[in-house]
Amino acid sequence: MSASNGSQAAEPAPGRGAVRDDPLVVLKGVNKHFGALHVLRDIDLTVHRGEVVVVIGPSGSGKSTLCRTINRLETFESGSIEIDGQALPEEGKALAQLRADVGMVFQSFNLFAHKTILENVTLGPTKVRRQRPAEARQRAMELLERVGVAHQAEKYPAQLSGGQQQRVAIARALAMEPKVMLFDEPTSALDPEMINEVLDVMTDLARDGMTMIVVTHEMGFARRAANRVVFMSDGQIVESAEPEQFFSNPQSARAKDFLGKILTH
Amino acid sequence: MLQRFDLLAAFWMTLQLAVLGAVGALVLGTVIAVMRVSPFSSLQFFARMYVTLIRNTPLTLILFFCVFGLMNAMGLRFGESRDTQNLFWGVVAIAVYHASFVAEALRSGINTVPVGQAEAARAIGMPFLPSLRHVIMPQAVRGSVAPVGNVMIALTKNTTVAATVGIAEAAATMKTMIEFYPNFLYFIFALVALGFVVLTLPTGIFFTWLSRKVAVQR
Ligand SMILES: Nc1ncnc2c1ncn2[C@@H]1O[C@H](COP(=O)(O)OP(=O)(O)O)[C@@H](O)[C@H]1O
Ligand SMILES: [Mg+2]
Repeated sequence: MSASNGSQAAEPAPGRGAVRDDPLVVLKGVNKHFGALHVLRDIDLTVHRGEVVVVIGPSGSGKSTLCRTINRLETFESGSIEIDGQALPEEGKALAQLRADVGMVFQSFNLFAHKTILENVTLGPTKVRRQRPAEARQRAMELLERVGVAHQAEKYPAQLSGGQQQRVAIARALAMEPKVMLFDEPTSALDPEMINEVLDVMTDLARDGMTMIVVTHEMGFARRAANRVVFMSDGQIVESAEPEQFFSNPQSARAKDFLGKILTH
Repeated sequence: MLQRFDLLAAFWMTLQLAVLGAVGALVLGTVIAVMRVSPFSSLQFFARMYVTLIRNTPLTLILFFCVFGLMNAMGLRFGESRDTQNLFWGVVAIAVYHASFVAEALRSGINTVPVGQAEAARAIGMPFLPSLRHVIMPQAVRGSVAPVGNVMIALTKNTTVAATVGIAEAAATMKTMIEFYPNFLYFIFALVALGFVVLTLPTGIFFTWLSRKVAVQR
């Protein structure tokens, strides 16, 4: 089943940037196993420049694996993944280079525990992009300002709340000036009162035209910011539709069942 | 008695074996540990073999192999005098042997660093070695300092094995002293034991201090 067929030309909702008809992330027939477990089954997915795709689905359906495969934290067996027209290289320098173009935000933040907030954001630009330290610092402070944690720049991650840490993680990814950002359940590890501060930053990013693939069950965010919702189940993309259409009128039995479960509370 | 036997010179030999051996063990052990956690399976395999093989071989055997095999039989001699040639292979044996323990101590430190740290480093485009240097190792030393310190203390004491191939370090000299002055047996024992305490105590204190220092910095 293909998800690449297009609902891309959706008219921009308030939180949405304009989508150009310009494929940025293209997955074709991607298959992956963990031992005997077939985690990704013939995944076809095209994400266009400026598009925001929300991935939703039951636990264990392969959403994290999909994200991790796109920047090759996981290998895959067959099919192809292209970022901006370039096939994912094998391990090595070329792969590191390509990863620098793909920002990733993890569920558990994964800030570098031994570095200050500022150093967390400048590490990539100075060591990977070879920016001068002063330049990297200035840019980092701008980004920290943007996500609202500039006043914590000299602290260590453990001294910040979860919501603040996740916003720093977003700034760290943005500092690399990525072409696309992947978010793997960025608010799932947060206390409820901190979820919105992170979603607000993400909504702003979407409005500014960042290409985003977001695994989340936050339907408010999906409605507000996504151009498209992709529903995954058992390693397959089962459904792909505009947010309103998906939430109000899911087509597949599996999507109906899933929405029934998450809407009851 | 103390004029006839140069115990100070003997401890100087012990100190050389220990310091040079420690430097060698730390360097080689780090290389092995890095290979062990690298993404290349051939390097991982080599490192695993090294640790398994060397760690389970007696130091005496490794030393004999170096001195009788490599130096005497194959004629691989380094240095002018007989003493330096012996010292060289003594240091090599001590370094090679303890490198396997250093590698394991470092690896146990690396294992305390959550995988998410390495993944985050990879995700911002850091290749393996820079991510090890800037992200993993600075956090791994915290868990490695104490075990590496223990290896260093063991290494200092294990230098006595060099006596078996005729290197005139503290234990060898002690043995000859006892042969000449059996009446002073306990005195000689105490003197040499004290010498080793003087060598190892600062090592222990240093590593304890270091592990406290790196533990609070977070
Ligand atoms: N490293 C791994 N080794 C083996 N199985 C894994 C691994 N990671 C994930 N899985 C399995 O793959 C399936 C999909 O996992 P995941 O992508 O994390 O799902 P989701 O993010 O949708 O909850 C699950 O059944 C999970 O147990
Ligand atoms: Mg997941």
